[in-house]
Amino acid sequence: MAGSNNPKTITPPRWLLAELTYKCPLQCPYCSNPLDYTKHSNELSTEDWKRVLSQARKMGAVQLGFSGGEPLTRQDLPELCAHARQLGYYSNLITSGYGLTEEKIIQLKAAGLDHIQVSIQASTQELNDHLAGTESYQTKKEVAHLVKKHGYPMVLCVVIHRENIHQMPEILAMAEELGADYLELANTQYYGWAHENRDLLLPTKEQFEEAEAIAQAYKKKVEGKMKIYYVIPDFYEDRPKACMNGWGTTFLTIAPDGVALPCHSARDLPGLDCPNVTDFSIEQIWNESKAFNFFRGNDWMKEPCHSCDEKEKDMGGCRCQAYMLTGDMYSTDPVCSKSPDRHVVKEALDSARKSALSDDEQPLIFRNSKNSKKYS
Amino acid sequence: MTINPELTISFSPMHRLQWEEAQQKDVILYPEGMVELNQSSAEILKHCDGSRTLDQIVTALEEKFSTSGLKNDISSFLEDALKNGWIEQP
Ligand code: SF4
Ligand code: SF4
Repeated sequence: MAGSNNPKTITPPRWLLAELTYKCPLQCPYCSNPLDYTKHSNELSTEDWKRVLSQARKMGAVQLGFSGGEPLTRQDLPELCAHARQLGYYSNLITSGYGLTEEKIIQLKAAGLDHIQVSIQASTQELNDHLAGTESYQTKKEVAHLVKKHGYPMVLCVVIHRENIHQMPEILAMAEELGADYLELANTQYYGWAHENRDLLLPTKEQFEEAEAIAQAYKKKVEGKMKIYYVIPDFYEDRPKACMNGWGTTFLTIAPDGVALPCHSARDLPGLDCPNVTDFSIEQIWNESKAFNFFRGNDWMKEPCHSCDEKEKDMGGCRCQAYMLTGDMYSTDPVCSKSPDRHVVKEALDSARKSALSDDEQPLIFRNSKNSKKYS
Repeated sequence: MTINPELTISFSPMHRLQWEEAQQKDVILYPEGMVELNQSSAEILKHCDGSRTLDQIVTALEEKFSTSGLKNDISSFLEDALKNGWIEQP
């Protein structure tokens, strides 16, 4: 780039999210996988994944997440865990727990897996199984016990939305009873399937505030025993989140078919031409690809972000959210109160509220192949 | 939570202490997170191997760096480390 007097400094990736597969026995209506995931059913081979892991590690990635879909559906998971350990990664398995036997837990530990995060949909069997679209509540609870029994740190993850937000006290008690070391209360982010189901999932402001107060109080109660991470829903904030800690600064996601993404929704952004690891090395992708350089730094920003004194803090918010809600991926994240498009967030909140108060709610759209094909 | 001077201190098995070549730093790794350490913090934590008490750690480090008067700094760092769950006592 001769002549450029404003070179962007490129920091190496620290976090590698390996989405091993889009296959999943569950059907969560808030799943962040793409709506048309059935279109991307090609999967990387074991050798491809090993090469990706080695190349990213060499650049400086150290945290590794195996996710999906359900990563346990990949038979080579123990082999990949062993490779990751040998390279010095700290590896995290992000699983629904479905299909995780005690034998597998022991095998993965021996291979070098560091941590297992189990997700539970709700604090009651009825609601959990309804949301997961699959009978899975008992299995999940057993898995949580086994994870502890075999000496892994255990993170319990519960995605929060209007169908389960009233269970906040019971969810907290369940996590404590299961002996979770960390509880992640992740308010739904409205991408992918959650976006489609937004009217049915978005809590009202009153519900959200009540639940947050309960969670914050509990945090004190379990201090030193269980750490609670509370992921806020940005629709009720007046500033957006610093998405991915800045585009192409920290996070690298590899989708099941090998497409490298600066954030897991980036596939939907037009004109990015996200590169595939079967064509390029991680170093080429991270440093040179169009996609990873697209929103690096802040030259791309429009007003009001461009001249805003907070732009280093939130980098103008999430590009995918801006695109999804305003149709323009360069615009200010409409969550920001300075955004000229803030009204779209208000309309989403009003529409969800109306749906919450009406008697005839629409059914949820579950994440499964039949529904996915409708979006292809 | 405070450190019991009678008991040995060990690094928590729920965390991993590791040298990172790319960052030229020691780091603590735990579920979905990482803390970068400066040299002295890393040195203290490496001495938490389950065989030494607080005083023995202080002595070992003072010998290693041929200095004295480290006790206050070391114990306040270890108190924080205990609160963060990085170290434990039997
Ligand atoms: S959110 Fe649910 S459906 Fe989606 S991958 Fe995770 S467990 Fe499967
Ligand atoms: S205008 Fe842009 S940079 Fe300023 S606070 Fe809002 S989103 Fe952030």
